[in-house]
Amino acid sequence: MDPRMRELYQETIMGHNKAPHHFHAMEDADGQSLGHNPLCGDKLSVYVKYAADGTIEEASFLGEGCAISKASASMMTDAVAGKSRDETGAMYEAFHKLVTRDGEVDKDTLGKLRVFAGVGEFPARVKCAALPWRTLMAAMEGEDVVATE
Amino acid sequence: MTQTQMFDVAARRAEFPALHQEIHGKPLVYLDNAATTQKPQVVIDAVRRYYEHNNSNIHRGVHELSQRATKHYEDARESMRTFIGAASTKECIFVRGTTEAINLVAQSYVRPLVGPGDEILVTWLEHHSNIVPWQLVAEQTGAKVVAVPIRDDGSLDMEAFHKLLGPQTKFVSVGHVSNALGTINPVADIIQAAHEVGAKVLIDGAQAAPHIAIDVQALDCDFYALSGHKMYGPTGVGLLYGKQELLDAMPPYQGGGDMIASVTFEGTTYNELPAKFEAGTPNIAGGIGMGAAAEYLMEIGLDAIAAHEHELLEYATAQMAALPGLKLVGTAAEKASVLSFTLDGIHPHDVGSLLDHEGVAIRTGHHCAQPVMDHFQVPATNRASFGLYNTKDDVDALVAATKLVIEIFGGA
Repeated sequence: MDPRMRELYQETIMGHNKAPHHFHAMEDADGQSLGHNPLCGDKLSVYVKYAADGTIEEASFLGEGCAISKASASMMTDAVAGKSRDETGAMYEAFHKLVTRDGEVDKDTLGKLRVFAGVGEFPARVKCAALPWRTLMAAMEGEDVVATE
Repeated sequence: MTQTQMFDVAARRAEFPALHQEIHGKPLVYLDNAATTQKPQVVIDAVRRYYEHNNSNIHRGVHELSQRATKHYEDARESMRTFIGAASTKECIFVRGTTEAINLVAQSYVRPLVGPGDEILVTWLEHHSNIVPWQLVAEQTGAKVVAVPIRDDGSLDMEAFHKLLGPQTKFVSVGHVSNALGTINPVADIIQAAHEVGAKVLIDGAQAAPHIAIDVQALDCDFYALSGHKMYGPTGVGLLYGKQELLDAMPPYQGGGDMIASVTFEGTTYNELPAKFEAGTPNIAGGIGMGAAAEYLMEIGLDAIAAHEHELLEYATAQMAALPGLKLVGTAAEKASVLSFTLDGIHPHDVGSLLDHEGVAIRTGHHCAQPVMDHFQVPATNRASFGLYNTKDDVDALVAATKLVIEIFGGA
C-alpha cells in the first residue's frame, strides 16, 4: 500500500476507531454540541463537563463517522482531560495547523495527537479530523450546532 | 455471436482520452459514471470545433458564423429528438440539466395547476432534484408531496403506488433509473396508471439516458428530463421533452432574449416552441456536444451498451457479494449498472479514500438521495457505477482494492 495511506491509517488511529475512548453520551454535561459534516453526512455529538477549578473533567462523544473522525474524537477526549479552556484552545489551534500543514507546530502541545500529521496529505479528509475539535470548541462556547464550512 | 461479443470495449475505451492516465501511480479505474461520465473524443472535438471555427451567437446574426452556429445547434436538437423518439423538435427544450428541466415543469406547469388538497406523487428512490422542486411548489400552493415507499430490494412498492394514486393526484414525477441503487422503475405502468386518474407524468431520465433506449412516444410520458453530462456529453446542458399541447399552454419559465416574438411596454408576445422556454444565449457548445454524444450512443446502439453493462454488473455483483462483511444495497431484479454496498464496521469515507489510492474512483456518501439512505438506515453507501467503457479488469481492480480495505480494517 501507498506509504502515505499507511501513515493515515496507522495502528494508533485504527485502534481508536475500533475501540474509541469516552464514546458515550453525558447526561450531566455542562456543554454539548452537534457537529455535522454535510459532505459525508457524518454527525457527532460532543459533551464536556468541568471540574470545580474550571478545567475539563471529562469530554465524551457519540455518533457516526469515518475512522479518521472517530479516532480524532477519541484521542481528543483523552488529550483534553484535566486541561484548562486556554490549553484546550491552544491544542485545537496546533491540531488545526498540523492537519492543514499551516506552519510549524509545537510538539509538546500536541503529544500523541501528532499521529494525525498524515491527514495533511489528504485535503479531502482534513474536515474529518477537525470536526470533533470544532464541535468541542462549540460545546465550550455554548453553541448547539456546528457544521464544517 | 452475441451482442456482447460484438461490443468492442477496447475500441470504445480508446475513444475516451481521460481514461488513459494514472492516479496515485495506478491506472485509473473510473467507476463513478452515475455521477458523471467521461467524454469521448467525438464530443470533445465537436465542442472544440465550435469554439475554433463556428463560435457565434445563434438565431439572430445574418452572417456566416451565426448561421453555422445556429445550424449545428439545431442539428444537435434533431439528434436529441431522434435519441428520445420525440415527434417534433418543438418538444425538445435545451436546458442546463435535469435539475432545471424539473424546476421548469414544477414552476410553469404544476404550480398553476395545484392547490390545497392536491397531491404530487414522487417516490422514496428519488434524487433530491426530483424532491425539492416539488416541495417548493407545495410551499407555494398548499399542495402536498406524497412519496411511494420502496421495498427492501430497492424496488418500488407498486401496490402502495396504486393505493396512493387517486383523483387528488395531479402530477407524478418518477425517476426512470435510481441513481443511488440502479433500480429500473416500471415507468410504462406508472404512466398508464397515472393517466387513468388524470395525472400527468414527468420521468427523470438522468440515469436512464446512458443505459436504456428511450422512446417518449411509446412510454406516452408527458415530460422527460435528462442531463448531457451523464450520457457522455458536456456538463451544464440537458434536455426537457414535453408534449407539445402541454408546452404550448404553459407560461414561459424565464423571460429574456430569444424567447420573445416582439417586445413593447404595452406587452410582449412569446416566441414559438422550443424558443419560448430558452431565454438568453444558451450553452451553444454544450448543446452541440450533447448532440454529438447522442449520435455516438445511437451509433454504438443502446441495446449493445445495455447488454455489455449488464454483463459487467452480474460479474461484479457475484464477486463483491462474496466478500466478507459486504452488504449489497439495492438488489432489485431490474437494475442498471450501479452497485451500491456497505462494509461492516468500515465507513464509506474511508473506503473511498483507500480505493482512490488504488486508482479506483467510486462515489461515497448519500448520493443526493437521503430518503433512500434513511430507508436502509445507513448514513451513506459506497457506489460503483459502470459505463460503456468499463471492463472486467476494472471490476477485478475494484474487488482487489475492496479486499485490501477489508484487510486494513482487520476484517476476515
